[in-house]
Amino acid sequence: MTDPTSLSVVEAASALRRGDLSQDELFGAYRERAAADDTNSFTWLADDLQAGLGDRDAAPGTDRPLAGVPLAVKDLFCVTGVPTASASNLLRGYLPPYTATAIARLQDAGATVLGKTNQDEFAMGSSNENSAFGPVLNPWDRTKVPGGSSGGSAAAVAAGLAPAAIGTDTGGSVRQPAALCGVVGLKPTYGSVSRYGMIAFASSLDQAGPITRNVEDAAALFRAMTGPADPNDMTSIGWTGNSPEIDLPTAERLDGVRIGVPTELLGEGIEPGVRASFDAALATAESLGATIVEVALPHARHALSAYYLLAPAEASSNLARFDGVRYGNRADIGQGGLVELYTKTRHDGFGPEVKRRIMLGTYALSSGFYDAYYRRAQQVRTKIVEDFAAVHQEVDLIATPTSPTVAWGLGERTDDPIAMYQADVTTLPQSLAGVPAISIPCGLSDGLPVGLQLSGAAFSEQAILDAAHALELAFAFDGSPARGADSGSVRDGSATASGVAELGAPDPTGKDAA
Amino acid sequence: MTEYEPVIGLEIHVQLATKTKMFCGCELVFGDPPNTHTCQVCLGMPGTLPVVNAEAIRLGLMIGAAFGGKLAERLVFHRKSYFYPDLPKGYQISQFDEPLVDGGRLGDVGLERVHVEEDAAKLTHAGASGRIGGSTSSVVDYNRGGTPLAEIVTLPEIRSAEQASSWLRLLRETLRQLGVSDVNMEEGSLRCDANISIRPVGDTGLGTKTELKNMNSFRFIEQGINAEVARQISLVRAGERVQQETLHFDPRTGSITSLRSKEGSHDYRYFPEPDMPPVAVPKELLESALASVPELPLERAERFRTELGLHEESARLLAFRRALGDYFEATLAAAGDDADKQQVANWIGNDLVRRLEALRRDDDASDDESSTDPAASKVTPQALAELVALVGAKTINRKAGEQVLDVLVAEGGSPAAIVEDKGLAAVGGADELRPVVQAALDANPDVVEKLRTGNMKPIGAIVGAVMKETKGRADGGEVTRLTREILGL
Repeated sequence: MTDPTSLSVVEAASALRRGDLSQDELFGAYRERAAADDTNSFTWLADDLQAGLGDRDAAPGTDRPLAGVPLAVKDLFCVTGVPTASASNLLRGYLPPYTATAIARLQDAGATVLGKTNQDEFAMGSSNENSAFGPVLNPWDRTKVPGGSSGGSAAAVAAGLAPAAIGTDTGGSVRQPAALCGVVGLKPTYGSVSRYGMIAFASSLDQAGPITRNVEDAAALFRAMTGPADPNDMTSIGWTGNSPEIDLPTAERLDGVRIGVPTELLGEGIEPGVRASFDAALATAESLGATIVEVALPHARHALSAYYLLAPAEASSNLARFDGVRYGNRADIGQGGLVELYTKTRHDGFGPEVKRRIMLGTYALSSGFYDAYYRRAQQVRTKIVEDFAAVHQEVDLIATPTSPTVAWGLGERTDDPIAMYQADVTTLPQSLAGVPAISIPCGLSDGLPVGLQLSGAAFSEQAILDAAHALELAFAFDGSPARGADSGSVRDGSATASGVAELGAPDPTGKDAA
Repeated sequence: MTEYEPVIGLEIHVQLATKTKMFCGCELVFGDPPNTHTCQVCLGMPGTLPVVNAEAIRLGLMIGAAFGGKLAERLVFHRKSYFYPDLPKGYQISQFDEPLVDGGRLGDVGLERVHVEEDAAKLTHAGASGRIGGSTSSVVDYNRGGTPLAEIVTLPEIRSAEQASSWLRLLRETLRQLGVSDVNMEEGSLRCDANISIRPVGDTGLGTKTELKNMNSFRFIEQGINAEVARQISLVRAGERVQQETLHFDPRTGSITSLRSKEGSHDYRYFPEPDMPPVAVPKELLESALASVPELPLERAERFRTELGLHEESARLLAFRRALGDYFEATLAAAGDDADKQQVANWIGNDLVRRLEALRRDDDASDDESSTDPAASKVTPQALAELVALVGAKTINRKAGEQVLDVLVAEGGSPAAIVEDKGLAAVGGADELRPVVQAALDANPDVVEKLRTGNMKPIGAIVGAVMKETKGRADGGEVTRLTREILGL
């Protein structure tokens, strides 16, 4: 029979239901591939199918459409008894006492957690190089970054180590790594998926979303993750789209669909190869019946500045709880006092990018600076929300390249935070507006994948998925080279020195939950 | 020499009497073993989110409604950041520029605002001082962490330590009668900080203030404020300036020490809580809060005074202790419309309360006012009403009435039966009393002589002789009347 790891989520679920494939067989095949991973995508792997299910049953049933499907889950999702560190040394070895709602809903649907995936520490980064577990390598070229912060999730899907993964997107952290790894990434409407149990980066922006091989799988996973509002999350709204729930997309045409192209987001910094691929994608959309129009998002050029005030401000507060008192790793301070305990724990536990953002955010919220920074940034955010609302009076969808560039070399931007932040310039406006957006692969540039981003009004996921499905069919993008045994160059050993070795062997000095 | 007056504002933290915590479902119980009522949310574990307790908001709205403040139409929370082990998230979820209640007044003091927030955990410092400085170790009990609090902030309208403590008593009783808090200062469910400054009498500006923290009894509040006012006055008289700082009053030594100066004060970095977007206060919650506000002590005292004609003092005594007020009204209901309401008030407020307090002192040293609740005593409102009626009708005299009350408090029963049983009925009717008075006059001719000259002073001797003969059951007034009648005066 065919290799079970060649099946998509929907195909595998169907094969499992029919009995063509056993759940253990499917899990075992992925477990074996993931254990042999050379991209450093995983931080932990489940020993068996049951270990990733919680206390649930995975027997197939109509209420368990994902029965037996293994998923790679970003490290920052709390899962009961499963090491959850958000890729930080401060939390290395931490075992949560509860499971995040988004993951629990997937488990309720029968999915099982195959493993936890690498990421930028506390989701802060665009290259997955800010990880206590070491960088993740791009399966298309192991000298390149996979994007971030959900780099491990995107790389695992691209390398065929899991049928799909769950990531989180604050300013592009699902869409951008999906683009750089040639897979599909959906950032849903803010509030449509519960944030309960996601270790917070920036509360008003964080949103969980699926990273998949195709658009249909993104729909299948998103359907399971949303649903009714979560009583444990006051920012959760639940699914409030036009239909009672998300349908698997089948559209092949784009007749009547109006797609806006914001000139503000297509200026400097877009690589020619990316631009060419994007233009070709627009031509394809037109050929499928879509109307392409220019639209204006006049405040979008301020999104980067606003984002890098708001997100660090919230992060500086969200990360204040990591003090070494109740959980996580506590620095040895000998006879020192409270201040030494806080200072050394946080000094030793946080990586440089996390410290940078805590300092930025603390400054932005400080007395005397609040009005000039935080309040101003909130005002910009309101303007951006209004821009999107106005544009969606005219068009159904907005198209941009997901990332201005294809995957860049490991270490290339690590000394230049501003260049790193620029990577998010095309994904940040949608994040600030809270609207849904998808990235699908639309071609190659220099042999590396280019992503097309389609966004819409709040709760327009169905329209986005339908359009993405039609385009996906037309693009006929072949993601398989990434899964080939001999693709890319040889892995850089030093880059993952602290990575794979960590699997299943959390720091013995780490403390469990209080 | 310039005279100075204190300017005082109070900040009172009140633990709200909800079943569960402010932002999670943990049960609230005082005195349980440490860290037995905690969960991932109130321990601030990674990934957790707050969900606001609607009951806490309802209780906060009740406080606002009771004080006549402006109630917020939407709930807005802010984060107040500082690092301390009693604060698991590194920030407290509180309110900032949109408090639940704006303004209001209670008695002689206006309110600035009332806002809701979560309490910190309880820290215990090992070592002689009981404070963190110099302690050898500290332990944290997160049971208290996340308890809903209302912070009530007064305007700086208080002018003396005595006014502060008496207003605080009124506040405590009002909150108790509202049913929003246990208001137990010893257990910390009501805590008070004072902002204190001084100014020359006649000035209207405000001087530099200091904040005196956490005084946990009315006595300490008075002592602490007096000590701080005296300290500020002597500083200023010595030509120095008051520094803005946070102070700690040690009731054992009477000393005031600085906790932190203005320079060392926190920058709390308030910003809107992104985990709780602003939400409209639900209409049903507001209506339920408004409907739950009972008649409060000041209103009740006013009603007792104006509608029932009680003296100011009686009215306040009965209204400020809800149990007494309720018992008083129950007794009035049993006594009927013709009862002398002030007499009923006197019997309850003086005679009955004194006896119940004496009983409690014999029982235990508890400070719990419920142990003097007359409704929990053996004296029913019906019995008390009957007793007051017997005295009013002169069936028994007041002294006999007090004896009846002794029996009622000890054993319960019916006043009429006790009067019968103990033979306490007044030797009342003129027919019965006249021969006794006549006999007393006959036995004291010298007194009679003086009385006839118009000198009424020695009549006491006649009354005493009659009382002796009747074993105290005669009515003194009636004896005097009969004496005058017999002697033709």
